Amino acid sequence: MTDTTLQSPAPAKVKVETPFQRFRAEFFESRIAATAFFVLVIIMALAILAPWITPQNPYDLAQVDVLDGRLPPGSEAFAGYTMWLGSDGAGRDLYSAILYGLRISISVGLASGVIALFVGMVVGLVAAYAGGRTEAVIMRVVDLQLSFPAALVALMLVAALGKGIDKIILALVVAQWAYYARTVRATALVERGKEYVEAAQCLGLSKTRVVFRHILPNCLAPLIVVGTVQTAHAVSLEATLSFLGVGLPQTEPSLGVLIANGFEYMLSGRYWISVFPGIALLLTVASINLVGDQLRDVLNPRMKK
Amino acid sequence: MTAVLEVAGLKTHFFTHAGVVKAVDGVDFTVNKGEVMGLVGESGSGKSITGFSILGLIDQPGRIVEGSIRFNGDEIANAPEETLKSIRGNRISMIFQDPMMTLNPVLRIDSQMMEAIFAHEKVSKKVAWERSRHALGLVGIPSPEERLKAYPHQLSGGMRQRVSIAIAFLNKPDLIIADEPTTALDVTIQAQIIHEAQKLTRQTGTAMIWITHDLAVVAGLADRISVMYAGRIVEQGLTDDVIDRPLHPYTVGLLGSVPTANKRGERLFQIEGMTPNMLALPEGCAFAPRCRSASAACKAPPPITHIANRDIRCFNPQAQAAAE
Amino acid sequence: MSVFVIRRLMQALLVVFLMSVIVFFGVNIVGDPVYMLVSPDADQADIEAAIRRLGLDRPIWDQYLLFLKGAAQGNLGDSFIFGEPALKLILHHMPATLELAFSALMLAIVIGIPLGLFSGLYPDNPISKGIMAGSILGFSLPTFWVGLMLILLFAVELGWLPSTGRGDTATIFGIETSLATWDGLRHIFLPALNLALLKISLAIRLTRAGVREAMSQDYVKYARAKGISTKRIIFVHVMKNIMIPVVTVMGLEFGSLIGFSVVTETIFAWPGMGKLLIDAILQLDRPVVVAYLMIMVLFFVVINLVVDILYSILDPRVRLQDQGA
Repeated sequence: MTDTTLQSPAPAKVKVETPFQRFRAEFFESRIAATAFFVLVIIMALAILAPWITPQNPYDLAQVDVLDGRLPPGSEAFAGYTMWLGSDGAGRDLYSAILYGLRISISVGLASGVIALFVGMVVGLVAAYAGGRTEAVIMRVVDLQLSFPAALVALMLVAALGKGIDKIILALVVAQWAYYARTVRATALVERGKEYVEAAQCLGLSKTRVVFRHILPNCLAPLIVVGTVQTAHAVSLEATLSFLGVGLPQTEPSLGVLIANGFEYMLSGRYWISVFPGIALLLTVASINLVGDQLRDVLNPRMKK
Repeated sequence: MTAVLEVAGLKTHFFTHAGVVKAVDGVDFTVNKGEVMGLVGESGSGKSITGFSILGLIDQPGRIVEGSIRFNGDEIANAPEETLKSIRGNRISMIFQDPMMTLNPVLRIDSQMMEAIFAHEKVSKKVAWERSRHALGLVGIPSPEERLKAYPHQLSGGMRQRVSIAIAFLNKPDLIIADEPTTALDVTIQAQIIHEAQKLTRQTGTAMIWITHDLAVVAGLADRISVMYAGRIVEQGLTDDVIDRPLHPYTVGLLGSVPTANKRGERLFQIEGMTPNMLALPEGCAFAPRCRSASAACKAPPPITHIANRDIRCFNPQAQAAAE
Repeated sequence: MSVFVIRRLMQALLVVFLMSVIVFFGVNIVGDPVYMLVSPDADQADIEAAIRRLGLDRPIWDQYLLFLKGAAQGNLGDSFIFGEPALKLILHHMPATLELAFSALMLAIVIGIPLGLFSGLYPDNPISKGIMAGSILGFSLPTFWVGLMLILLFAVELGWLPSTGRGDTATIFGIETSLATWDGLRHIFLPALNLALLKISLAIRLTRAGVREAMSQDYVKYARAKGISTKRIIFVHVMKNIMIPVVTVMGLEFGSLIGFSVVTETIFAWPGMGKLLIDAILQLDRPVVVAYLMIMVLFFVVINLVVDILYSILDPRVRLQDQGA
């Protein structure tokens, strides 16, 4: 309606940059995203390096002293080191417990994310490529599953499966595969309609080759975006289930378990046992989400202003 | 004749990231009482922006940077919002291009008509409704009572544009700006809409600016024609003069590219090249790069000259038409 | 139309049936409730008696058929722990949950829509940026942790509001509700806010996106050209266009609110069916778990069915709006 149909400005001199360089530049354009990325890197590093940078292995009973229980932040442990974040009910140093907890939380999130991505990708590709009845049935199942909240699906599954790290991962995978399947199928459908796929078919290339060499690479960008957001969701969901007591057992203490352990002490004012693991969880989930948000903006050209 | 609207030296620029777009860059024209002026140009020539500038409806990042807009003698360029609000839809109303998009899909026709009355006058609901019904009747809508209760999607495109016209005339304005009101319609409907608009301006003495890219549309409708190119009016004169003896090479080109029955079998004329990049206009005449008669003089901006009963911005006006 | 409804109904029935198979067999494979219910020093005979009483000696498909037969008559088995019909237990706890979910939905609409409207109208305002940052945080914050923080702040530190239980209830229009008493309102506020958090963020985003899109539409510019006041443009022209989709989507979230109330109810000891479920899971009270899950399945299937049918009825308008958008 407005009359300012502009033509593209004259091509400016652009210095040659690799796609990765351009991606990096665009990603770090947002200061929030850059901050989130560095926070995430630090969190990952802390989780990986936990055994070497903590004063205590909180789950080695020989190193834990019950007399150290429920000490406020900054107290000195019986063994002589300072508990900067205090200790929990069993006398574990919270700083150590949080880093070990991060390891478990992130591992569960990543493992379920990767497996769900793989399952969803295969299902989505099969649906998009097979078409017809197969596609209709698969997508009906996907829609059906997506009509239930993921949290409820996961809860149903842990109710049925019971506790344990393998069962939680399975529950998270079942709760999330459909998101990936929908994304892959939607992208693959768009790609399938494009000329290069027809051209590839006309060249007599095999179906598998077309799918894996041509369609799949184009689905990667949206998959990465959905993958980041879903991983954040998985970490949060696992923490929720563990908090409710139906997730990970005490022997595999993720952040959710730590927070649950502190819950009973909170009303008596010993806030730190729940609050510090909670902050760690929050930083993890929020930084993954913010990185995911920025990835979506950068990887999806349609979203660009 | 008294002038309803006098626009002088109007410049509306858009300050975008890519640079300044001089969408309207020095436009002068006058519209007299009861007169229909055709404002003709390609898309991007600034004709719609000119219309919106008059009503003060230019959004960020654009603004009127220079010039005066006098309406009934009062300066309204960059006037306070309250002043403009009391003029909009009341003294100057506007008809938009696409009737599918301009009527709010979730409001009934009656509320969209009556609100235009209530915005400017304290009258009873009954009076407003009666006036709306009457206005619909004027634009040839059958059984207006029922139409008033309808939602926009229940009406056809032509019907909706009639509603827009009825709304434009509701408050008996002095001036109506019609921004390509027939472009989105079928040709047969186009003719009816033009007919209705023409009839109403005659009856009410309302002046009108009819913005279009189609010279053929305004040829039979307008008293005067202004041809815009790249933010400037390049030729302005009485309709007959401009249509029969165009002087500016651009007008010649535009006329040449209108298919008519007389030119059956002949090759249609084309203006060569592309519409100009508004971010990088040439120093001199913006049309020069596409002009067959361009000369060295065209490197400088052509001033407005008055020849053969019209205003024109060209160093090499076309003699061909005059010679015939 | 009716063919479509019948087909969707058949599909819904099939889903309920399949889910009943999955839920029943899934739940009944884990754990052995007998050992929880029989005292540790009970002898073999006691245990066998208990097993027979609970019907656990039959093959599992027999148990399922019994369950199915019972389910058809509205009997989903008796709770191992309470000895009462599971369905009755759940129905007894349902009003508290519905009340909580409803309050959360209202909070989400009342808080989220105005914030979304503001940030949509003034996207460059620092307050809007704050609102958007808050809504991103709202999506990232795990509900249960926010619940803890709300308790810590309002109940422990400030002591303004109670942190557990439902408080006094009163009966209006035959419904027992805490929304009718001051004490009840004080009790419901924190859990409802906690449950609403995610939906507030959702309402903000939906409203903001809707407002921004509507403001760029021709009909807004046209309304301005008519000289309509800004207030009327925003509250009539814009709001009327976005309220229908926003409220529809928010309404659809009601089911998910009931699902999520499991977490909130556990934290705030809210006596609803979500807390009942968690207790049942922890105590291996299978009939209650199965009954809860079946009711949720039924609930969601009905919601989806209604939505599908509604959309098919509204289709012409929906399509029209899509064109306008």
